[in-house]
Amino acid sequence: MRKVYTRPRSLKRVPFHYCPGCGHSIVHRVMTELIDEMHLQDRIIGIPPPGCSVFAYHYFDVDMAESAHGRGAAVATGIKRAYPEVMVFTYQGDGDLAAIGTAETIHAANRGERITAIFINNAVYGMTGGQMAPTTLSEQVTTTTPYGRDVNLEGYPVKMSEMVALVRGAVYIERTAVNSPANIRKTKKAIRKALQSQIDGLGFSLVEILSPCPTNWKMTPLESWQWIDKEMTKEFPLGVIKDITGKTDAD
Amino acid sequence: MLIKTVFAGFGGQGVLSMGLNLAQAAMLEGKNVTYLPSYGAEVRGGTANCTVAVSDEEIASPVASSPDFIVAMNQPSLVRFQNQIQSGGVLFINSSLIEAEIPRGDIEIVRVPANSIAEELGSPKSANMVMLGAFTKKSNLVSVSSVIEELKSTLKKKQKLIAINQKALMIGYDLV
Amino acid sequence: MNGNSAIGEAAIRAGCQCYFGYPITPQNELTEYMATHLSRRKGCSFIQAESEIAAINMVYGASLAGSRAMTSSSSPGISLKQEGISYLAACELPAVIINMSRGGPGLGSISASQSDYFQATRGGGHGDYRTIVLAPSSGQELADLTHRAFDLADKYLVPVIVLGDAMLGQMMEPIEFKHEAPDELPVRSNALRGAKGRPSRIIKTFTSKPAELEEINWSLFRRYQLIKKEETAYEAFMVEDARLVVVAFGIAARIAKGAIKNARSNGLRVGMLRPITLWPFPSQKLKDLSKKTKDFLVFEMNMGQMIEDVQLALEGKGAVYFYGRPGGVIPTPTEVSRVISRHYYQKGLKSAK
Ligand SMILES: Cc1ncc(C[n+]2csc(CCOP(=O)(O)OP(=O)(O)O)c2C)c(N)n1
Ligand code: SF4
Ligand SMILES: [Mg+2]
Repeated sequence: MRKVYTRPRSLKRVPFHYCPGCGHSIVHRVMTELIDEMHLQDRIIGIPPPGCSVFAYHYFDVDMAESAHGRGAAVATGIKRAYPEVMVFTYQGDGDLAAIGTAETIHAANRGERITAIFINNAVYGMTGGQMAPTTLSEQVTTTTPYGRDVNLEGYPVKMSEMVALVRGAVYIERTAVNSPANIRKTKKAIRKALQSQIDGLGFSLVEILSPCPTNWKMTPLESWQWIDKEMTKEFPLGVIKDITGKTDAD
Repeated sequence: MLIKTVFAGFGGQGVLSMGLNLAQAAMLEGKNVTYLPSYGAEVRGGTANCTVAVSDEEIASPVASSPDFIVAMNQPSLVRFQNQIQSGGVLFINSSLIEAEIPRGDIEIVRVPANSIAEELGSPKSANMVMLGAFTKKSNLVSVSSVIEELKSTLKKKQKLIAINQKALMIGYDLV
Repeated sequence: MNGNSAIGEAAIRAGCQCYFGYPITPQNELTEYMATHLSRRKGCSFIQAESEIAAINMVYGASLAGSRAMTSSSSPGISLKQEGISYLAACELPAVIINMSRGGPGLGSISASQSDYFQATRGGGHGDYRTIVLAPSSGQELADLTHRAFDLADKYLVPVIVLGDAMLGQMMEPIEFKHEAPDELPVRSNALRGAKGRPSRIIKTFTSKPAELEEINWSLFRRYQLIKKEETAYEAFMVEDARLVVVAFGIAARIAKGAIKNARSNGLRVGMLRPITLWPFPSQKLKDLSKKTKDFLVFEMNMGQMIEDVQLALEGKGAVYFYGRPGGVIPTPTEVSRVISRHYYQKGLKSAK
């Protein structure tokens, strides 16, 4: 019998703690498939954040180390500079990367650090119970915007990928989503390209992934997939935002 | 007298509101009360629990290492808490969802088919109220009228909900 | 209403006009309370900042403008606020900082801990400064001491820290609010609101003259001496005839009290001193107690931080023992009772005259 589906080798045999329908688990799956396919398991280091994905080190069977909230890009920089032979990725939430970690992210990109940021945009602070994130949509109700996000008071949804794209050292930036099989495939392709740009030593890469948080959005998993299509992509359009890798698609 | 109760179950079964209801009813009666919910990452796994301490005196610790009463609304909660209960304590079991035998002879067991009763009533969500009714009668910590009064003040104007919950509560109350 | 929300309500009733925070468990209910109840109040402002560093600097700004301002966080976030607290202290600006502390170091755990005693009382930031530190041990005190924190901050022009913990924040118990929110507060004399009808005013910390900085430090020091004299607060519980005095603060004191009641019912003469202000520390009271009691048991939910203040206060005039549980483990009153009786019997206090 031919095996057509199996657990990636670099994904540990541990049940996820994520809520049903959470996008984190899908991205973990995609990442570990890529780590296997690109033969990176013994030469990649991951930096998960404080956030729902804080326990990512229980799932990825590669070297992993925790960072303080928002400091992932700086920690990854330190690793890469100390030991350039290794691949480094950060795995960060929107609060982590686009609020408290804005400075670290922009400056790592500007230095063209050879690191890859996996940026999970779920429009809320998941871990702490559904507060406003920098990416929270206008009018969206969260526990700290009980009257809906008012752009006059709380500002506009932050488009971090577009901001990072302006920076010279950033070479590959794409926004994807994990709300349909097709989009999941595109996500995988984007991450592959980002990792490849790091292997090629080109500069900073970032993949922003629109990811459902049914729990804090107070939706069913299916409704949250639809909400990404209907609402989130209006503010955060999908697609390649910057590509100066000079590569055509591998497949 | 200091009495500690743990309410435990799945998130969504209303275990926190059971505890809150009891705590507020006890406050209404002028007793010393603490209410301590489980929170944070612990909640992510889908289980919830809370501890309510009721006393005539100042309460030293809101945590219960050996509670007097335990209300287990589902199987995992039973497994987690059944050994903690104090000898001579009372274990309330939601027998609609729990079948296990309890290997302890030193505690009293009250079985309440909370879900089946609530379903018969046509409001499956009020299983917690059925249980709270049974608990109120058996534990004798607060009067059922305080619980009802509290229910009314939390649900404010939602008359229909109040009526259903009150009915469920009374069925549970009359069960034991 | 849980403890976190009670702090929010008490702050609003104390006239808090500006709240700037950043989400962190176990104090999110406070930030959320302010988002709901302060954000739309007239003349008030709520911001969920992009970081704790931003939040404390927003507090600094609001305080410069003469507003009653507060921020809150839990341990890892308080670490980030230290720079701002140092500037607040240097510029003689009032502010209230709430720490509902959790287990550390690092990300640690989200359950109740007292491992930030040093950080709070020694000042985690740079420079020769002090902050008043209030340590509530019940829901009622969370409300009362939050109110007191605003008054003390304004009275002495210093940042005030309220050091609570995860359990106090999550717990619900009956609380009575003793004040109504004021309609209007007087404008502080050092507020920056534009130099209308007065010469322009500078608020700064930097100086190129060491002698000038020395004078600033002297003036701060004199104020701190005054605070020590006027504001030291504690609760002494059954200490009159005690042969063993337990020293504990916050939630640990509450657990200890239960243990002491147990011990008393077994005929052990045990009492408790609970510092309500951790800084200034009730050193004089301890010294006074040491005239009658020679044995002290320090109980903390850490591995021994306040014990250093107890030892300093006693100046060697008493034996100091320690019991602690670190990492967010909550000891039970029964456990502490056992520790109390072990020391009591081992030191021969039962038969002592
Ligand atoms: C200095 C500091 N401040 C606050 C926190 C609390 N905290 C933990 S995770 C988190 C943000 C979670 O949101 P996000 O980054 O969007 O990740 P998600 O959980 O949504 O995946 C915060 C604020 C912390 N750990 N450290
Ligand atoms: S809270 Fe949201 S982001 Fe966190 S695990 Fe649940 S669904 Fe995922
Ligand atoms: Mg997020």
